[in-house]
Amino acid sequence: MTEEITLVKPKEIVIPGQEIAQGMGFIPSGGVYREGDKIISNVIGISTVNGRVVRVIPLSGKYLPKSGDTVIGKVIDMNIANWFIDIGCANDAALNIRETPEFIELGTDLSQFFNFGEYLVAKIAKVTRNTIDLSVKGPGLRKLPTSKMVRINPSKVPRVIGKEGSMISLIKDKTKCRIMVGQNGFASIQGEPLDEIKAAEAIKYIEANSHKEGLTEEVSKYLDSLYKGEKK
Amino acid sequence: MTRTDGRKPDQLREMEAKVGVIPRADGSAMFKIGNTIAYAAVYGPRALHPKFLQNPERGVLRCNYNMLSFSGKGNRVRPGPSRRSREISMLTEKALRPVLDLKAYPNAVIDVFVELLQTDAGTRCAGICAAAMALADAGIPMKDLISALSVGYEKDKLLIDINSDEDCGGATDIPLAIMPLTGKITLLQLDGDVNVKQLQEAVKAAKKGCMEIYKVQQKALKEKYGG
Repeated sequence: MTEEITLVKPKEIVIPGQEIAQGMGFIPSGGVYREGDKIISNVIGISTVNGRVVRVIPLSGKYLPKSGDTVIGKVIDMNIANWFIDIGCANDAALNIRETPEFIELGTDLSQFFNFGEYLVAKIAKVTRNTIDLSVKGPGLRKLPTSKMVRINPSKVPRVIGKEGSMISLIKDKTKCRIMVGQNGFASIQGEPLDEIKAAEAIKYIEANSHKEGLTEEVSKYLDSLYKGEKK
Repeated sequence: MTRTDGRKPDQLREMEAKVGVIPRADGSAMFKIGNTIAYAAVYGPRALHPKFLQNPERGVLRCNYNMLSFSGKGNRVRPGPSRRSREISMLTEKALRPVLDLKAYPNAVIDVFVELLQTDAGTRCAGICAAAMALADAGIPMKDLISALSVGYEKDKLLIDINSDEDCGGATDIPLAIMPLTGKITLLQLDGDVNVKQLQEAVKAAKKGCMEIYKVQQKALKEKYGG
């Protein structure tokens, strides 16, 4: 039985190939793998050792679809029974006509519901090796009106939302915009043109400074300093 | 014995690394060793076309090595693909492939573009070092990083990190890439004559040099993410 030791500080940034812990008592979770009695990081991210569970929260990378996630996507193609949606991952997602709230007869022109280039909020119904199935059945799942779209790294989404939504409500209050952030890192902002730009810049600011602590206050000050004295 | 640029036989050239140099790319890095400067950009995972190249089991890695036309020592490098650049593209891919876990990206491709701005020997190794950092920056799951270095023999004298003068002066050239964690070799080439004992010594010395490169890579990666 080997001794159980952690080789990194709590919340340390680790890179691929860095040893995080040693000992057979540890359980590897996401972002790590086991080699002998060592637990080694797989990705660049923040290491956490919670009891016996070791994991790395990735700091970069494209969106990996998970069923149940609410995402924002763009219609890029359609055929007789499906829309194909770009949700920012390697393969496009499909939205079948059966997954819409109203009944759509086969052969109907699908562009009258969701047209090319339009954005929609959808839930990921199922993920298989080759397909990602979406659904727009459910509360809040709908076509988005014309709005400003911002794309951020999906790993930064929790930071943009904040603890119990504190960060996102701060931006909403200060800019008076309607903001929606999908788990895939697409954010839609609706409001007055200058407010939209302000909100977008705040979101980009959070993405760039996500590793800092006490970010909510900093963002509040940043928003106050933006476009001071400019008229709408 | 001092070398053409005044270094000791086991001394590496000065190194510099930076991650996130190309904002539009999903991951990017710069690696500079002496006068050799390599930039690498990673795009993807993204859909792979034409479709017959897709692999439904795992993602595909596609590397492209290119020397810019003004990168050489005076003579203009003819732009576009050449026999040499295709070979180096292939071996870059083979050097990086063993550490990547692409099971999460079926039917997709990860494109790695390596561009050499300035060349002074050891370009494939500098390219591989930059590409490994760029892949890590892009968030692709990797078992380990890759560090690469070329060593050589000039008149039976072992030289680490050979420069262009030594390379053109007829030194045996041995580029080598390793996984720093385990010391496993992912690239080993040999251009010239050596005996078995000399090769063993060269590999040992190159591994030691690679660990120095690894430290630079590690520092650059952590710097970008505020570590």
